[in-house]
Amino acid sequence: MENSLLAPGHRACAGCAMPTTIRLVLDAAGPNTIVVSPTGCLEVTTTPFPESSWCVPWIHSLFENASAVASGVEVMLKRRKQDTNVVIIGGDGSTFDIGMGCNSGMFERGHKILYVCYDNEAYMNTGVQRSGSTPFCAQTTTTPPGSKSKGNPRPKKDMPAIALAHKVPYVATASVAYPVDLRRKVKAALQVDGPSYIQVNAPCITGWTFDAGTMIELSRLAVETGLWPLAEWVNGELAGVKKIRRPKPVTDYLEIQGRYKHLFKKNDCGDQLAKIQAIADANKAKYKLVD
Amino acid sequence: MSQINTANMKVVEGSYAVAHAVMCCKPDVISAYPITPQTHIVEHLSQMVANGELDSEFLTVDSEFSALSVLVGASAMGARSYSSTTSQGLALMYEVLYNVSGMRMPVVMNVANRAMGAPLNIWNDQQDAVGARDVGWLQIYVEDVQEAVDATLQAYKIAEDPQIRMPIMVCMDGFVLTHVYEPVELLDKELASQYLPAFQPEKILDPNHPMTFGAFADPSTYTEFRYQQFDAQLKSMAKIEKAAKEFEEIFGRHYGGLVDSYFADDAEVVIVTMGSVIGTIKDAIDAMRKEGKKVGLVKVRSYRPFPVQALRQALKGASVIAVIEKDVSIGAEAGLVTDLKSAFYNSKIRTPVIGFAAGLGGRDITIKDIRKIVDKAEAARKGIESEFEFLDLRTEIL
Amino acid sequence: MDIKAGRLVDPCSTRLTKTGAWRTFVPVFDHDKCIKCSLCEIYCPEGCIHQVDGLFVPDLDYCKGCSVCAHECPRMAISMVLEEK
Ligand SMILES: Cc1ncc(C[n+]2csc(CCOP(=O)(O)OP(=O)(O)O)c2C)c(N)n1
Ligand code: SF4
Ligand code: SF4
Ligand code: SF4
Ligand SMILES: [Mg+2]
Repeated sequence: MENSLLAPGHRACAGCAMPTTIRLVLDAAGPNTIVVSPTGCLEVTTTPFPESSWCVPWIHSLFENASAVASGVEVMLKRRKQDTNVVIIGGDGSTFDIGMGCNSGMFERGHKILYVCYDNEAYMNTGVQRSGSTPFCAQTTTTPPGSKSKGNPRPKKDMPAIALAHKVPYVATASVAYPVDLRRKVKAALQVDGPSYIQVNAPCITGWTFDAGTMIELSRLAVETGLWPLAEWVNGELAGVKKIRRPKPVTDYLEIQGRYKHLFKKNDCGDQLAKIQAIADANKAKYKLVD
Repeated sequence: MSQINTANMKVVEGSYAVAHAVMCCKPDVISAYPITPQTHIVEHLSQMVANGELDSEFLTVDSEFSALSVLVGASAMGARSYSSTTSQGLALMYEVLYNVSGMRMPVVMNVANRAMGAPLNIWNDQQDAVGARDVGWLQIYVEDVQEAVDATLQAYKIAEDPQIRMPIMVCMDGFVLTHVYEPVELLDKELASQYLPAFQPEKILDPNHPMTFGAFADPSTYTEFRYQQFDAQLKSMAKIEKAAKEFEEIFGRHYGGLVDSYFADDAEVVIVTMGSVIGTIKDAIDAMRKEGKKVGLVKVRSYRPFPVQALRQALKGASVIAVIEKDVSIGAEAGLVTDLKSAFYNSKIRTPVIGFAAGLGGRDITIKDIRKIVDKAEAARKGIESEFEFLDLRTEIL
Repeated sequence: MDIKAGRLVDPCSTRLTKTGAWRTFVPVFDHDKCIKCSLCEIYCPEGCIHQVDGLFVPDLDYCKGCSVCAHECPRMAISMVLEEK
């Protein structure tokens, strides 16, 4: 993409999904956009002073205040009657955990801001610690498997439901492996006169450990197993889901990632695999993913 | 110190007077969170916005942390930005304070100084702001409501100066100044606009000139970012003096620039302090002068930047110095006395300096207390017995 | 670029850093097999695959050799080859 709004030369790991995610979002949003980002891999890899990969105006302040900073940007645009998109692009740690207070305030005040979370399911920038987004059983450096642990003991926090509870008029999940779907959702979100939230599955090669080339395949498998339903809610109603044509067993997705390696080493983790399959099956039933 | 034109005076609450001053500064964005004793300021501002008297975006946010973060975004959009807080709220902002100054955003904030918990205490001292002396913000401490009003307008002038571009806290003692009703000359809107022109930011978040704000700096450049802030604070000393002078030319009132003094020239015992306790100290000095005691006062108006030269100049004739302050650095004396001693160390001044933590958590500082301090200072001329102490410590409840 | 501390950063300026130096394997495109679906261009994390004179080619100044393009090409038109440096 010659006229991409994210320049190459960024320092993200080879095979990281985050830069592809950003490009897809910016493609759909266009150059008349101001981006606000919290601290995390995105900020560190795309803005090493005195360089920046951003070809749109961009601001970073702290790890947990992007929603408040964006609110300040948005009120000034309204004050000047300037029609420019405000898009937050942030990691799951800032979105699900530390930034929750600011996110809640921004959603509740009804700012016209699109919040895109590139979800790599852990605090990657600080070396792969667990976040509220880390899925059940995944290994991170703070949920290591051991004789008394099978990885992360808790399921992933349901952030889209939290956004919906704030009556956010447009909420969607997406995947870096489904670019057409993601771009369409960004465009739909930017039409909304109010806040919107899109959570994008974005594999991290360092944290999930997989062969770099399989980054897209992995995100596709998350969808095809039912672990990452692609859904969209408009004004609180489920407005669409992406059907899975040939559902795959969760093991297809889990076994090619280092973060689940422990589940395959010892036979005492059979239970765990069944529980993860049950999470996928529950999603399939809840969202009617399979015809 | 100030000359007041009594014809235009109104008896109003301190918080109202400050809110009125903020209105005259015409901020684009106000973002604040309620906390005693700052609350009335933002309530008055909300009412002014609701009445259409003030055309500002007023954001009611989820915390002080969010309040100041909103102003980061607004300021990057070129907004004149305002907040106010105190104590726990200022502490909750701590991380953002560094961010605002590091990104050189000329935010102005009134701090209604209050004690820090635990134990929870809503009354006045200055622990909150003195504890945040190193965050890069300029700090002006005012002695009365009129000065709070006037310093708020001056603060924008200093903060938005293209050579400075630094945030400022205008520190006023909570309750003592925020809740008092006293005669104040409210600012004239026209004159205020004449004094403070519209904010002209050089660069803003603009799709036509898409710059990156808040990049990540490694060891090869970080020091220079800090140096530039340091340098801007030093440069701001002249701007603080200038802002006070220009203000005087238009409004006829002056409180000193960096420091001010009261009978300090020929004084043997000089008290150094900041904030509203100055009123009591002046009364005590008046009484003691009548008794022939050569007591004077030096008021530190600008605590950051710390006016080393101005203080050396103002205090060079003293035979003994007593610092009274409403804060402690637990484990190492307190902010003002430490800074003052360090200002003297490489100079020729060898005057004994003793420090007092007083008025903590809202305890009254009386004329009697000031006399006691002066007595102790006089005794210290012959040899310092205690370099630093808690005034009026109730040893019976320890 | 002149480094001036404290100044804002120019847009698109990481272009100055040629991340191609990170690469071990290099993608080699077989243009005869290519059906111009542009998936490689869309997915490339570096955004460094472009159409030049109608052919999809990687900009080796920035390609980190991650092999996402090779993996996703529906025609297996891209192969990863150990680069001689
Ligand atoms: C207040 C605060 N706490 C902790 C950190 C350290 N920190 C920086 S980035 C980060 C994790 C980022 O995780 P996430 O938001 O998921 O983004 P990712 O790096 O995974 O892309 C942490 C813990 C910080 N910068 N600020
Ligand atoms: S650590 Fe993970 S998220 Fe961060 S740049 Fe590398 S691959 Fe991307
Ligand atoms: S190997 Fe990776 S970086 Fe290189 S062109 Fe292919 S996708 Fe892009
Ligand atoms: S993915 Fe393969 S077929 Fe599609 S454009 Fe690229 S090289 Fe051609
Ligand atoms: Mg993350």
